[in-house]
Amino acid sequence: MTVAADASPASPPRDDKRWRQVDVRIRRLGARPDGLIEVLHTVQEVFGFLDDDALTYVSEALGVPPSRVLGVATFYSHFVRKPQGEHTCVVCMGTACYINGAGAIFTRLHETLGIEAGGTTPDNRISLLRARCLGACSMAPAVVIDDEVHGRISPDGVEQMLEAL
Amino acid sequence: MSEAATPTPARRRRQDPLIPSGTVRASAHVCMAAGCLSMQADTVFDSLCDRVTARGLTDVAVKRVGCLGLCAAGPLVAVPEQGRIYDHVGALDDAALDGVVDGLAGGEGGRPIATDPFFSHQVKVVLEHCGQIDPERVEDYVAIGGYESLTKAVTTMSPAEVLGEVTRSGIRGRGGAGYPTGLKWTTVAKTESPHGKYVVCNGDEGDPGAFMDRSVLESSPQQVLEGMAIAGYAVGASQGYVYVRAEYPLAVKRLTTAIRQAEHAGLLGPRIADTSFGFEVEIRIGAGAFVCGEETALIASIEGGRGTPRPRPPYPAASGLWGKPTLINNVETLASIPAIIGRGAEWYSSIGSGKSLGTKVFALAGAVVNTGLIEVPLGLTLREIVFDIGGGLPGGGKFKAVQTGGPSGGCMPESLLDMSVDYESLAQAGSIMGSGGMIVMDQGTCMVDVAKFFMDFCREESCGKCVPCRVGTTQMYRLLDRITRGLSSRDELAELESLAAMVRDTSLCGLGQGSPNPVFSTLRYFRDEYMAHIDDHVCPAGVCTMEPREAALAAGEGGR
Repeated sequence: MTVAADASPASPPRDDKRWRQVDVRIRRLGARPDGLIEVLHTVQEVFGFLDDDALTYVSEALGVPPSRVLGVATFYSHFVRKPQGEHTCVVCMGTACYINGAGAIFTRLHETLGIEAGGTTPDNRISLLRARCLGACSMAPAVVIDDEVHGRISPDGVEQMLEAL
Repeated sequence: MSEAATPTPARRRRQDPLIPSGTVRASAHVCMAAGCLSMQADTVFDSLCDRVTARGLTDVAVKRVGCLGLCAAGPLVAVPEQGRIYDHVGALDDAALDGVVDGLAGGEGGRPIATDPFFSHQVKVVLEHCGQIDPERVEDYVAIGGYESLTKAVTTMSPAEVLGEVTRSGIRGRGGAGYPTGLKWTTVAKTESPHGKYVVCNGDEGDPGAFMDRSVLESSPQQVLEGMAIAGYAVGASQGYVYVRAEYPLAVKRLTTAIRQAEHAGLLGPRIADTSFGFEVEIRIGAGAFVCGEETALIASIEGGRGTPRPRPPYPAASGLWGKPTLINNVETLASIPAIIGRGAEWYSSIGSGKSLGTKVFALAGAVVNTGLIEVPLGLTLREIVFDIGGGLPGGGKFKAVQTGGPSGGCMPESLLDMSVDYESLAQAGSIMGSGGMIVMDQGTCMVDVAKFFMDFCREESCGKCVPCRVGTTQMYRLLDRITRGLSSRDELAELESLAAMVRDTSLCGLGQGSPNPVFSTLRYFRDEYMAHIDDHVCPAGVCTMEPREAALAAGEGGR
């Protein structure tokens, strides 16, 4: 990443109105360095992912060195650095889901969509993700499609649901 | 669905529960926890409201409540006045929905809670209000006696008396290690700090297979806030943080609502109960890092940094958040506090056995009929939990093991089914209490594969700060992977065992130190399965795909 070296993006892409939501969040948190994770959450909610421009801006707004912003953004698995597809499909790989067949679900999706975990289909329609545990163990195996949890699901079931999107 | 089409005010259908103005003869409690919600419990709620209105039942309430526990049979609707619970109330199942309405009108239906083994073995302290109140209405929590313990503490007790009460209750940390809560509180209280102290609620429930904290936060968030405020009063802190995983959006939403409502009602904030004590709570949302459940990593994360642990001492009780004395307790521990203060230490310590007093919430999952959330007195046997409450294995499956304590825990075999579930017994058997996930496994589960699964977890979640954990978990995973592919040898198994001991003894934090536990416990109780993979080139459970024997021999390893 070239956050520090690249001098040009000193100010954020102001023309995008969505930055206002980020600014409001930064103000509410008092623009303090410890609000970094909260602000990154907001940026990701608003834009869907964290690109270099966003990280540079957050770094300046909070007075946190760019190296530390990048360090935090890459440490936590919830933050993504690439744009996601139109829909997201998260396969839970927690213990209960694993022993109830989550592996088979993932393998099927990997084969039919032709992408790895963290990847997005070439038509930008579906991103495939894996989760460590969603706490939906009582409904194992569980899959989350666009923020909606589906429990006790089969590989066929997930495939049908993705086709119907 | 003709009745459901009867016009009702649109606003009420979306937002408000159905609460009659006069006396309530019966009320339908519709479970709105994540499990039932994923089965369209919100539609069930709307539909029940419509049907009750259409039937002209004017003395019947329909409420949204938190987790009713028996997630396996959702969506659930309870009618507490009749002591009955209706399961599998599908959103589009007219017969089931009408059955509930018939029951509300006075008919028979559902199953009785009192005699159902799933419910009758349980003792509810932490989950007392789950399924009784609407988690998004502070009025509901106050109506059942909420915040009375906080008022009692700040108006009639000194901080030292609160500390004494918690210490005498014998409660131990419910997040894993089981450190005596009273002792922790007393240490923080004793530490002088002119610039403030903090109370942190650890809601970073990362153990795969555990969802107790999620349910408590989703079902009775005010109870956790009350526990935090009591802790704040006892140790001398006026600021609290709740750290919740980003994976639990519903818990975050309900907690946010709860804080806003409690502050608005004057239950939190400055001058609580007209005393000089004030307490404020903020939420911090995690971002998907298992290691943040470790207390020093959690502090680093609240401070806005990478969640990496640091050596202790100093313990957070002496130097925690921003270098100030910090009390860190798990959600379940804090949720127990209002009951301990309200009913007294003697009452609490009369539950449980030996050095493990009180109740513990467990999340039952895996190959068991009644998956869901249970709360039992400590000291019950594994058999009682898995077979009496859990209803045994589905489809006549044969029990093989129960896994407790997540990636730092172990697998208990059938021979230990009559073991008492308490901190000491579990530790002796090579596992830990952990946060309370219990995964039941049947004969179709390969124990080597399970060990590999947990090692894969630790390998990916290792923060990378210390070498034993960062490199050791990767190497252990490689060795386990070779066993499951039939490429291993007895020499490699010995290497795995010595590496596991080294990682346990030299890692910086609990993640690394606990990571070999699944290997140790499966080797202790299921060594024959390891040997079958290594010597006989077969996976007894039929889970692992073995590489051709020639490949193994060509590698100069494996075989006899």
